[in-house]
Amino acid sequence: MQLLWTYIVSGLTTAAIYAIAATGLVLTYTTTGVFNFAHGGVGMMAAFTYWQMRFGWHWPAPVALVLVLFVLAPLFGALLELVMMRRLDGTSDTTKLVVTLALMLATIGAATWIWNPNEARPIRKFWENSVVTVFGVRLPWHQVIALILAAVVAVALRLLLTRVRLGVAMRACVDDRALASLNGARQSRVAMASWAIGTSLAALAGILIAPTLNLSQLPLTLLIINAYAAAMIGRLRSLPMTFVGAIILGVSTDLLKGYADRISSWTSIDSKFLSGFYQSWPIVVLFLVLLLLPQNRLRSHTATRNREYIVKPTWPGTGLFVGIIVGGAIMLSYVLPKADLFSLNKMWGLGIIGLSMIPLVGYSGHISLCQLSLAGVGMVVMHHMGAHGNPIALVWAAVVAGIVGFIVALPSLRLSGIYLALSTAAFAVLMDRWIFVLPKWKLFGYSFDLFNGGNLNIVKTRLFGMRLTGYRSFFVFASVAFALVVMVVVLIRRSTYGQRLIALKDSPAACATLCMNPKITRLSVFTISAAIAGFGGAIYGQAMQSVTPQSLDFVAGLSILMVMVIGGLTSPGAALFMGMFLGSPFVANVAGKVVPSFSQLQTVLVGLVGIGLGKNPNGFIPSDIRPNWNIFLKHRAALGAVLVAFVGLWILRRADVFDNWVFAWCCLGLLALAPVVLRIITKEPFPPRREPGAEVPKLSVPVDQLGLTGPVSDEDARTLDQMLALPSVSG
Amino acid sequence: MGDALLELRGVRAGYGGIEVVHGVDLVVERGQVFGVLGPNGAGKTTLMKVAAALHPPTAGDVIVAGRRVNGATPDQLARAGLCLVPEGRGIFPNLSVRENLWMNTYAGASMADVEAAAYAQFPRLKDRRNQTAGTLSGGEQQMLALARAVATRPAVLLLDELSMGLAPQLVEHLYDAVVAIARQGVSILVVEQFAKTVLGAASQAAIMVGGRIVKVGTPAELEDELSAAYLGGH
Ligand SMILES: Nc1ncnc2c1ncn2[C@@H]1O[C@H](COP(=O)(O)OP(=O)(O)O)[C@@H](O)[C@H]1O
Ligand SMILES: [Mg+2]
Repeated sequence: MQLLWTYIVSGLTTAAIYAIAATGLVLTYTTTGVFNFAHGGVGMMAAFTYWQMRFGWHWPAPVALVLVLFVLAPLFGALLELVMMRRLDGTSDTTKLVVTLALMLATIGAATWIWNPNEARPIRKFWENSVVTVFGVRLPWHQVIALILAAVVAVALRLLLTRVRLGVAMRACVDDRALASLNGARQSRVAMASWAIGTSLAALAGILIAPTLNLSQLPLTLLIINAYAAAMIGRLRSLPMTFVGAIILGVSTDLLKGYADRISSWTSIDSKFLSGFYQSWPIVVLFLVLLLLPQNRLRSHTATRNREYIVKPTWPGTGLFVGIIVGGAIMLSYVLPKADLFSLNKMWGLGIIGLSMIPLVGYSGHISLCQLSLAGVGMVVMHHMGAHGNPIALVWAAVVAGIVGFIVALPSLRLSGIYLALSTAAFAVLMDRWIFVLPKWKLFGYSFDLFNGGNLNIVKTRLFGMRLTGYRSFFVFASVAFALVVMVVVLIRRSTYGQRLIALKDSPAACATLCMNPKITRLSVFTISAAIAGFGGAIYGQAMQSVTPQSLDFVAGLSILMVMVIGGLTSPGAALFMGMFLGSPFVANVAGKVVPSFSQLQTVLVGLVGIGLGKNPNGFIPSDIRPNWNIFLKHRAALGAVLVAFVGLWILRRADVFDNWVFAWCCLGLLALAPVVLRIITKEPFPPRREPGAEVPKLSVPVDQLGLTGPVSDEDARTLDQMLALPSVSG
Repeated sequence: MGDALLELRGVRAGYGGIEVVHGVDLVVERGQVFGVLGPNGAGKTTLMKVAAALHPPTAGDVIVAGRRVNGATPDQLARAGLCLVPEGRGIFPNLSVRENLWMNTYAGASMADVEAAAYAQFPRLKDRRNQTAGTLSGGEQQMLALARAVATRPAVLLLDELSMGLAPQLVEHLYDAVVAIARQGVSILVVEQFAKTVLGAASQAAIMVGGRIVKVGTPAELEDELSAAYLGGH
């Protein structure tokens, strides 16, 4: 009994910290409509900053605390509102989500960059060795303080929201933002205040929770993310319910940990199988809450104008793209040194994982944060079934990952937007914290050892009796695999099925009235993209040869998604770009000369660019590269000339006229200049710049009056084409 | 035209490239109640939103007290003395009556003044001041919405379909309040779909059909035109 009491009391202190984190999240969500995925990252940053001041520079604790909690954190929150969140008004939920995810990535990257993760950073608790006895339970002061602070936060928020005009205005904005401004309340101030308070609360939670584990970027971020479950129990709306959620979460977590041994002996499952599960328990709760709570959808701040468009690739264009990929891979494999080729192998597998996001996230708008985990499933299959290079294992990797994807999608069918993102994130974390690190076990006489004790080795496939162990043959093989998946994706886009996916994204309600079954469509697209991810994982795994669960973690998956978004989630070219950016050593090598420790900076960079997406959600491939290169589809001869020029360069390189650097620069130069030169020669107009955030071009009369007073002018026809993202007919 | 407090000049507005207000001119003088009548979908609400800066016009000017205010934000206009009571119920349903009134203090009046003025005009609200506004009856909610107009003493008051969904008796009571507010020198622009009530209160009126003002005159002059407008004569 005493033991139970102990766990409950210590659970309450955990709950206190969760409550502090979750209320901040709820406050910003309700008042501004942005679910701040980066809440955990911000809290983590604050904890590191506090550590730096308190233990790095040995400042007195009160100074450091006041500076972080009441100056830096609120300033950062207000700044976020000013430069990022304000621009998100009128964008789709997906864009909002991507931007806050990018922010999270940027904070993690920045913290890793500033504070070397390989150094130990002890952070002491407040009044470390003092203990008080409450109801017969000995409680460290640190926990007592957490409890007191949670109570203070609850009371202070209550007072703010009912006794201060600014707080009442925050609640008024939840009800009706337009009406609040009709009353004269300054929207921007209210939003800034709530971001400032939210960020401060995240900081407080981060500082309180940090001493419970070693100060380390990702675990700390995930620990704060645990609190999202409490916010979900409060349905992102009710602060009292959020506190209740935090108590449920905190107490159940500590009870589970406390009774781990007994649970093991009751269920006769060795506790080493369950420890990962206990650690991920808050994530499990998050998953359950998402599935069980009634989803009377919150007021959705819908987009006034959708600024996103989806281009339909043509077969000739695709053929060209695919041909260049395979041809280019063959040519590259003959000029690159072995070591470079070896590390470049990864780009194709990564690229396929990126392609798996195109139908799911790009076409149908379901944000999935678990594609890399599904790829991990493919790797596991590849390890077990492809041990002797059996190529059928590739098929099985796709099939098993597809089935897992189906199972994940099944309960999440009614979720969308942030809820779907959270549930897939929960799945991803569960996989890399628990399933992938499970030790060997026996069931029904069979022995299972999923991840080979934490290190999968994956053997290269045999094909037509030929072992693809040669570095050159595997590089070409992987590029062919990538090209095939590109064609699958294009096939999906061009089929009626693809049109259905896009229609479903645009208006689920309208689709339901057209007798489409949205559930089957959703399930199928989840399954297909999971299968592609599994296949990609199998190829990626072969390139890496040995895989650890860490390489499949949540942040790695997030980076993939983010680079895809930057390239343009609807175009296969983005997957190629992503593979090259994240999977090749060149970017890091080149940039590493300029900026030391580039690999962390890479994450920051990706995050920062992702944040800019609020302005141009389409990505640079559909909005910049493609319009530039479209002209080559019309002038086949010019295209031939460019290709011949590439081959010529390659021959010169093979003849050792110059080295790889010159070759690379020449190729890049050719790529950049060719469309410009062709336009100058043929006197074709340059594509109109789609300035991010620029006004959509205007028609001379309102669209409903077009053609009433006379024939439609060429100008108007062109503008219409552009508005509807159609290929130009007038040009 | 020295005393025009609200003036719309050639205002055009629309949604996503489709124009729904095709050039509207209106002048509301000090202390005047100006009624605009028009069938559903005429663009009345859109016009009001443009006047209150909730929706950007594609052409034309909005002039308040002689100053062109295009590009101002709604909260700036509100603090400068323009008050729009929007269509539906212009209240915050999850706030108490008192807190709703508290929101009215942004325009400059103190909370004590706001409460005093609101309860003087609508004594019923006083008994319910701690009740959540969403649980008030429709008429009480509309009183609360109007209380903002009473309490903040705006220079210009815009009322969008005050009578929507209310019993005729109640509507008459609300319009008495509107006339009382106008007597204090407030210029009032009120739009309605159904004629009777507003024509009794207005000193000038207009008919709006299909995004255009088709007729301006005294209420008496307009009464004959109305049936034609509603039957689609224009
Ligand atoms: N948010 C909106 N988006 C698109 N069209 C709208 C929107 N609001 C109103 N409309 C259209 O504008 C026209 C005028 O609407 P409104 O100004 O509400 O008319 P009224 O208030 O006179 O009934 C209608 O045809 C309506 O469909
Ligand atoms: Mg209306």
